[in-house]
Amino acid sequence: MHELSVTESLLKISVEHAEKANAGRVTDLHIVIGDLASMVDDSIQFYWDIIAKGTIAEQATLHFRRVPAELQCNTCSKKYQPTDQELICPDCHGIGAKIIAGEEFFLESIDVE
Amino acid sequence: MPQNIPVVENILNANDRIAQENYSRLENAGVFSINILASPGAGKTSLIEQTLPRLKGKLRVAAIDGDIATSIDSDRAAAAGALAAIQINTGGDCHLDAVMLHGALDKLELVQYDLLIVENVGNLVCPANFKLGTHKTVLVASVPEGDDKPYKYPGTYRGVDVLIVNKIDLLPYVNFRMDYFEQGVQVLNPGVTTFHTSCTTGEGLDAWADWLIENAKH
Repeated sequence: MHELSVTESLLKISVEHAEKANAGRVTDLHIVIGDLASMVDDSIQFYWDIIAKGTIAEQATLHFRRVPAELQCNTCSKKYQPTDQELICPDCHGIGAKIIAGEEFFLESIDVE
Repeated sequence: MPQNIPVVENILNANDRIAQENYSRLENAGVFSINILASPGAGKTSLIEQTLPRLKGKLRVAAIDGDIATSIDSDRAAAAGALAAIQINTGGDCHLDAVMLHGALDKLELVQYDLLIVENVGNLVCPANFKLGTHKTVLVASVPEGDDKPYKYPGTYRGVDVLIVNKIDLLPYVNFRMDYFEQGVQVLNPGVTTFHTSCTTGEGLDAWADWLIENAKH
């Protein structure tokens, strides 16, 4: 549901950048979403199809690059990908980790013409 | 002529900028502020109701309540002793965002308060993405929700400053493994300030109120 608000931001940012470049239309959006960012591709696409209508980004294709979650153990420094059931370090079973990847949520670039 | 334009812009930048503005307003007015997150039914409003009498005479409190509809929560906060209680009806949105809080702050003479309690919409997913600009974020988890919640909602659990485990009086009646729950919390949020509370027995509420008083006086 929060994807509506973020899709509105996405549209605003892409139109602003396209207009700054004097582009006639936006053809593609390259979006990066970390698996910990709680964003659903389909949901963004759903809102996009509704709110982009009538803008210069109406025909744009959305490309999503997902980034898997990666943690680094605070105890043994091992880098690992958490599973659904376990977040602790698989090697030393240490508790406490830094998030190295998976929180990304940004618009990397747009294609215009 | 097709062209690729690098953007690299955080999609929630606009919200984060307004959140920063909210933070400055609260800070300049000397108001300590908290954003309370929880799933529906975890006991956010009951916790606020039980907390306010413990702050009476010590802190001047304003409350802002976010809900999709109704003013039930702000009415309860006002009845429990909040000097001002403002309801934000999001009209369907599943979270509060910085712009909504900005509008609600306009309705308060901020210097008249020591503590602002913002009660977010009951939801463990969306509110975590939208910073409001409060000083601290507080998560109310409740025992009957289950011990797997930190694993299912890592985004919410890792971003909070305070964790309140509520309805602790129900522990004997539900299958809640505290060690499994705490392990999930500690991996992503090591050392998070934690209170175990019950709004029925009153357990833990004095410690929580003392924490608020201590932080608001700084």
